[in-house]
Amino acid sequence: MSRQANRGTESKKMSSELFTLTYGALVTQLCRDYENDEDVNKQLDKILFSHFFPRGYNIGVRLIEDFLARSNVGRCHDFRETADVIAKVAFKMYLGITPSITNWSPAGDEFSLILENNPLVDFVELPDNHSSLIYSNLLCGVLRGALEMVQMAVEAKFVQDTLKGDGVTEIRMRFIRRIEDNLPAGEE
Amino acid sequence: MADAALFEFLHTEMVAELWAQDPDPGPGVSAGPRGEGGRAAGQKMSLSVLEGMGFRVGQALGERLPRETLAFREELDVLKFLCKDVWAAVFQKQMDSLRTNHQGTYVLQDHSFPLLIRMASGLQYLEEVPKFLAFTCGLLRGTLSTLGIKSLVTASVAALPACKFQVVIQRS
Repeated sequence: MSRQANRGTESKKMSSELFTLTYGALVTQLCRDYENDEDVNKQLDKILFSHFFPRGYNIGVRLIEDFLARSNVGRCHDFRETADVIAKVAFKMYLGITPSITNWSPAGDEFSLILENNPLVDFVELPDNHSSLIYSNLLCGVLRGALEMVQMAVEAKFVQDTLKGDGVTEIRMRFIRRIEDNLPAGEE
Repeated sequence: MADAALFEFLHTEMVAELWAQDPDPGPGVSAGPRGEGGRAAGQKMSLSVLEGMGFRVGQALGERLPRETLAFREELDVLKFLCKDVWAAVFQKQMDSLRTNHQGTYVLQDHSFPLLIRMASGLQYLEEVPKFLAFTCGLLRGTLSTLGIKSLVTASVAALPACKFQVVIQRS
């Protein structure tokens, strides 16, 4: 292989891991920070859990703009279309994987995304005892934030996680309601 | 295989997260784990925390390079590699210029540093800038460390979004 080709592969490999490495470093750092404080340590999971959701939310709110600019997808007419776009376009674009869509509820307002692995944790060693909840919550925040910007209030949660020893990673998405333009999210 | 945009967004949140833990001067206000000391001390700690995280990530990235890459002829080749390959891998562009005094000091210039681009250009947010550079300084230092070079890396901004990274080789 020529030196040029080698260089390209190296770069690609490095950039693809940058996000997961950085996320891993952030989680490790936060665990360390909080572990020095005895009172906090007991609630560590809960605290980190609650920290990562709003961070993920902020990322989602910005990510959706990037996504709409780069993907050329039009407005989704229903939740099924939304599911397709999330799995086949968004996950593919940002994480290089395409989860499968399964377990639709009869009302069509809930579905599952099935991934073979948890996409955020390649090459990362989890700090003892503080594991998948923290990782998953960032992604749930991203999904919620992004969809809220396109007028959809949804709930996203991990119901299975390979990090916990489950066979697959499963994210359950639930449509709550459409957000009208002139009401802030969360108000009736 | 994570898209580059994800890193940028995560970086912004990371800075915000660590900054949010800064102590507030005021009695009885507990504002997170690093609760002691004044605001300046807290901020300095946050900067070094960010730098430390960047260092570990830089090391990990460096470890993922294939063996052949690591056989550089001389120090300047390593810095060129940093400016071309590493910078391109992390920021999808090469460093715009590299200068050296041939005595162990290198100045790397990026006219349009991606992590600063979202901030308005010019002089408005100069005060905010150090926290957006700390992680990257650490990353450079970490990658160099894996390539066998011990260094001190600092960064300065005269006007956004142009940025200079100074690498000073530490010889034992």
